[in-house]
Amino acid sequence: MSTISREEVARLAGLARIDLTDAELTRLAGELDVIVQAVATVSAVATDDVPATSHPMPLSNVLREDEASEPLPVLDALAAAPATEGGRFAVPQILEED
Amino acid sequence: MSDLIRRSAADLATALQSGEVSSVEVTQAHLDRIAAVDGAVHAFLHICTDEALATARDIDARRSAGEELHPLAGVPIAVKDVVVTKGIPSTAGSKILQGWIPPYDATLVERLKAAGMPILGKTNMDEFAMGSSTEHSAYGNTHNPWDLDRIPGGSGGGSAAAVAAFEAPLAIGTDTGGSIRQPAAVTGTVGTKPTYGGVSRYGLIALASSLDQAGPVSRTVLDAALLHEVIGGHDPRDSTSLTDPLPDLVGAARLGATGDLTGVRVGVVHELNGEGYQAGVRARFEEALDLLRGAGAEVVEVGCPHFVHALAAYYLILPSEASSNLARFDGMRYGLRVEPSDGPVTAERVMGATRGAGFGDEVKRRIILGTYALSAGYYDAYYGSAQKVRTLVQRDFAAAFDQADVLVSPTAPTTAFKLGEKLDDPMAMYLNDVATIPANLAGVPGLSLPSGLDQGLPVGFQVLAPARADDRLYRVGAALEMLLEQQWGGPLLAQAPELEVTA
Repeated sequence: MSTISREEVARLAGLARIDLTDAELTRLAGELDVIVQAVATVSAVATDDVPATSHPMPLSNVLREDEASEPLPVLDALAAAPATEGGRFAVPQILEED
Repeated sequence: MSDLIRRSAADLATALQSGEVSSVEVTQAHLDRIAAVDGAVHAFLHICTDEALATARDIDARRSAGEELHPLAGVPIAVKDVVVTKGIPSTAGSKILQGWIPPYDATLVERLKAAGMPILGKTNMDEFAMGSSTEHSAYGNTHNPWDLDRIPGGSGGGSAAAVAAFEAPLAIGTDTGGSIRQPAAVTGTVGTKPTYGGVSRYGLIALASSLDQAGPVSRTVLDAALLHEVIGGHDPRDSTSLTDPLPDLVGAARLGATGDLTGVRVGVVHELNGEGYQAGVRARFEEALDLLRGAGAEVVEVGCPHFVHALAAYYLILPSEASSNLARFDGMRYGLRVEPSDGPVTAERVMGATRGAGFGDEVKRRIILGTYALSAGYYDAYYGSAQKVRTLVQRDFAAAFDQADVLVSPTAPTTAFKLGEKLDDPMAMYLNDVATIPANLAGVPGLSLPSGLDQGLPVGFQVLAPARADDRLYRVGAALEMLLEQQWGGPLLAQAPELEVTA
């Protein structure tokens, strides 16, 4: 049984903001189906009495002293930007309509 | 071949301290070697000739002025391209970061610079460290120096191949599921994944933040310990960095090299051996166990019943974390920006076009898998379950370390396979990491060292220790290395075929 259809891959690629070609959609659907079936075995061993672990080392809030420090200079931060304007990152329009 | 490039980092350090050689001579010898063989090996994506020689000259001048220097001052090193280096291109093997020059250094790079170690260049890798063969690099394959038609492992194939081909005495790797240890295994070199938090992650381009760990790549166990001590220790800029001081790693390696393991309990992990492991890999493993017994170690078998589910859990946790971490590559602040060929040029459409053009196949595959695992309706069944398996793997380790001081297994199920052989079968590729992944899920340290050859190709032996007990890796590793080299009559790499040298 197929768990990931071509349409599902297209929906996920949209969520992940990755444009895919038709050929990529078809190929990924097949590949992801195999992978998902292989990894889905985890749900069989993960019973309700087992707590989840998100991290290898137990850590509680790690805070530093509230002291001012030198940030990266603005020009250094902007140096690799695709576009800048007035000392800021220049980005395309955010909304499709005006 | 110049003798200098064959020497270990520890030997080079001694020769530099005594004034037998200068750092400029050592650094130039490695740059010459890179020029002679890297056309065939392709371990490097970027070579820092001027910067490396400038550091070497500076160290030589300071040494002759009588300044007190770090023991490794003047010993050159290669750095995996996933580590950011100020003023030096850092791509993580991806087209989306082609030409990106970071404005800052990773903490571990600052520490290399503070120790006075010339950086020779940046090494090739699977894109964003996703892979086990370095074939997913956007910049071409790295070739295994033992057989140029074969993979050097991955994701850190460039770092492993660089030290195996004598292009660098040391290198930096990163290990999220085996990316230091598996390349070490298939290239006949040494690599350590430290305890999670043992080496700062500040300045590593993140793949899966709860699994990523940087560590040393070398040709000897002692050299790995020396480098581990340079880069390890607390860093306030990484909130997951351990505050505990590092154990005495170099001391442990020197102790191990005496060859005495009396009283050390070595646990053979039942689930990381047997079916799926190449016959020659198993044979070299059994022979190494005999040597450990001969050195006085007590070898016992331990069961880790949930390790069989570690691979599946890993390929849910890693893509989930990666899908979130790689969201930063959006074409807005750095890296590639691609505008859609038609329609309105909105930020959202630019992101889709940029990521569609800038990411390779494996990266797309894992981001979409991670997006799926985290999406509504699937989260509990996939990501939630994988996190529970993570608990079970950690419990297995805890129980096993009650019975043994270290755990051992073959590092990888096979020796190096042919380039292209597994490229079209993602699951077959993922299985290369079956023995290395459990350590990442639990945060425990692991080391791989060469344990012999199978049909002319290196086999790796893995040692695992409890969290914060990285010194045990070096004691047991150095003991086994000494005993094996007594049998071989020298290092395993002395048996590697000579690479053709081009002028």
